[in-house]
Amino acid sequence: MLTAELLARIQFAFTVSFHIIFPAFSIGLASYLAMLNALWLRTRDETYLTLFNHWKKIFAVAFGMGVVSGIVMSYQFGTNWAVFSDRAGPVVGPLMAYEVLTAFFLEAGFLGIMLFGRRRVGDGLHMFATAMVALGTLISATWILSVNSWMHTPAGFSIGENGQFLPEDWWAIIFNPSFPYRLVHMVLAAYLTTALVVAGVAGWHLLRDRTNPATRRMFSMATGMILVVAPIQILAGDMHGLNTLEHQPAKVMAMEGHFESHPDGAPLILFGLPDQEAQTVRWAVEIPYLSSLILKHSFTAPLDGLDTIPREDQPPVAIVFWSFRVMVTLGMLMAGLGLWSLWARYKGRLYDWPALHRAAVAMGPAGFVAVLAGWITTEVGRQPFTVYGHLRTSESLSPLEAPAVATSLVAFIVVYFFVFGAGTFYLLRMMSLPPGTERMGLRDGPIRTAGITPGLAEDPRERSD
Amino acid sequence: MAGLELSFIWAGIIAFSVLVYVILDGFDLGVGILFPFAKDERERDVMMNSVAPIWDGNETWLVLGGGGLFAVFPLAYAVVMPALYPPIIAMLLALIFRGVAFEYRWRTVRWKRLWDWAFFGGSLVAALMQGVALGALVQGIEVENRAYAGGRWDWLTPFSALTGMAVVVGFALLGATWCNMKLEGRVQEHMRRLALPLAVATLGFLVLVSIFTPLHDAVYAERWFRWPTAVWSFAVPVLVGLTAFRLWRGLVRAEDRAPFLCALGLFLLAFIGIGISFYPMIVPPALTIREAAAPDESLLFTLVGTLVLIPIILIYTGYTYWVFRGKIDADEGYH
Repeated sequence: MLTAELLARIQFAFTVSFHIIFPAFSIGLASYLAMLNALWLRTRDETYLTLFNHWKKIFAVAFGMGVVSGIVMSYQFGTNWAVFSDRAGPVVGPLMAYEVLTAFFLEAGFLGIMLFGRRRVGDGLHMFATAMVALGTLISATWILSVNSWMHTPAGFSIGENGQFLPEDWWAIIFNPSFPYRLVHMVLAAYLTTALVVAGVAGWHLLRDRTNPATRRMFSMATGMILVVAPIQILAGDMHGLNTLEHQPAKVMAMEGHFESHPDGAPLILFGLPDQEAQTVRWAVEIPYLSSLILKHSFTAPLDGLDTIPREDQPPVAIVFWSFRVMVTLGMLMAGLGLWSLWARYKGRLYDWPALHRAAVAMGPAGFVAVLAGWITTEVGRQPFTVYGHLRTSESLSPLEAPAVATSLVAFIVVYFFVFGAGTFYLLRMMSLPPGTERMGLRDGPIRTAGITPGLAEDPRERSD
Repeated sequence: MAGLELSFIWAGIIAFSVLVYVILDGFDLGVGILFPFAKDERERDVMMNSVAPIWDGNETWLVLGGGGLFAVFPLAYAVVMPALYPPIIAMLLALIFRGVAFEYRWRTVRWKRLWDWAFFGGSLVAALMQGVALGALVQGIEVENRAYAGGRWDWLTPFSALTGMAVVVGFALLGATWCNMKLEGRVQEHMRRLALPLAVATLGFLVLVSIFTPLHDAVYAERWFRWPTAVWSFAVPVLVGLTAFRLWRGLVRAEDRAPFLCALGLFLLAFIGIGISFYPMIVPPALTIREAAAPDESLLFTLVGTLVLIPIILIYTGYTYWVFRGKIDADEGYH
């Protein structure tokens, strides 16, 4: 039976999943562009400028999609989750308002100058604008992850007589216990996602033409980034997990598939089929004691299971269990790709090892999948609460009837698949052109800069061919 | 005591954000609404280019309106959004089509017409829904027990349809006068010719809405016809008349800047009129500004940053407008 609550949850999951794809990419890409531009200004090596011009057009489209899907999010709390908005508004609302004031305006304000202001404002101000856009994406991530972290590990508040969360200590609210870990984990994820896309695009072009200097440069930069960031991300993820164990034990139990408590050492369940009804994992493949070792750093440390959590407070185990495994597996593969590229560098075969390039292409979208799997793990793992331990999802809903939500959900699905499907097609088409061709993803028709940017198609000074 | 002042300061800031949004995004939505009236693809290209570098910043004020309401008047946000569920969702979907059209339109030859229509349809529906939402808010929203208590179709009335159409026509006027200011040659002439009938229509709608608003609610009527507030009933129409006259003269004399500024002036006056009607309500007739406000800790914490940040935002927004100042060359954007 599709209730209004379930439909609203599906709608939130759908719209937020679509949305996160674009920021995950544009946070990393904005920093990459700032770095490319800085390198161009410092070295005057044309290759960097070619790459900057190539990726800035892709950035414009991805950023645009992030903006329009983000506006939906800012209104959806009110339309579908009115009780949550009323009660949690005094605490999380100000943080979101600060996100708009410190990040969105900064990004939007300087984007036009970054994309096509070089000729109008000169190199210095153009660099400043590019840096501001990159900074804006990071500030945005900081505020919104603070909001999300507070929903997982609420702190610094009291509860008023009308059920509202009342702020008592802003410092404690913003820097709530899971925030630093979540912020680091997500920003690294964004950088890794972008590096994988760049490496994948570079790999694709290397398979066709090994001589293009811009292609070679971006493959080298991206694989270097993966090599450094992937292991750090695994470490950061592990620390985030330990923090979650401390504050949201039920989530970790679901991730691990631990329905029963293990008083003297818990096994690590590699794979299996969690069965919430029977409160057990069927066909489990286990490694004895390893879970206790990872989580408690001791073979025989006791670990509680979901049998200590009332049924009505348990998250849906199967989803959390599997999404967590997808994320971890991809993380390991990313680290593997980084090591392979290091080996290729050492052998002097970074640019002529087709198998490596094919692997890079295959791993191109891996960052997006891992980001989505990670968000599913943490958000579904928070259930059945919106504000962990204090406000249930079932109590957070607007006074809506199922048909109204169903109608809007269908509309969102149709529109998103059409609009973002077209956008993805354009992005892939732009990526399929080798850097330096100075085209907009059009093989014919007018040559033009990004749609957000008026002006000449090519600044004579910016030409690199 | 401080709470009273804080919530009223905030009501002013939110009102200011909405006003800035209407003034800035109004003309770029208007440019989209006028898309079918352009003669050919080149005219549409140059119209879009005139707002391309700034539309994103303009639309951010809408996000600030939503985010600000959530932060400082969470109860109003929690009541208004479900009450206006269909128009809000329709507006969001429309803004998606319109926003991506800015980018997609240049990425394709075969589908360019499709994204032209997406840009027009998105701008039209977004403007219409904003007007409908405004009308629904003016006619009042039923609240019981900190939640919306009305029906699913309460928002749709002849009055809200009227305000919806009024906003569409008004934004089109802003768009036409903007194009008259920023463009040159044939397309400028063309948009200036459109501006006159649009101005007449806008004034017509303004009169209609002004007549029907007091009929809706005794409170509004009292506000407008009882001394001392009745001063406004006299002053606002006089100012509207003067502004409209200046607008007409500017168009007839083919001035660049005056018609756009006068069109903005009409919006400002209409906005003041709505403000007078609402005060001290935030969600008429049920919620006052004070009742809907978040606790003082939230108001103060957000206010400190806002007072610093909004001027800074206005400065660099102004800088962006300055960078992209002057006429858009019809050949700009082409090689």
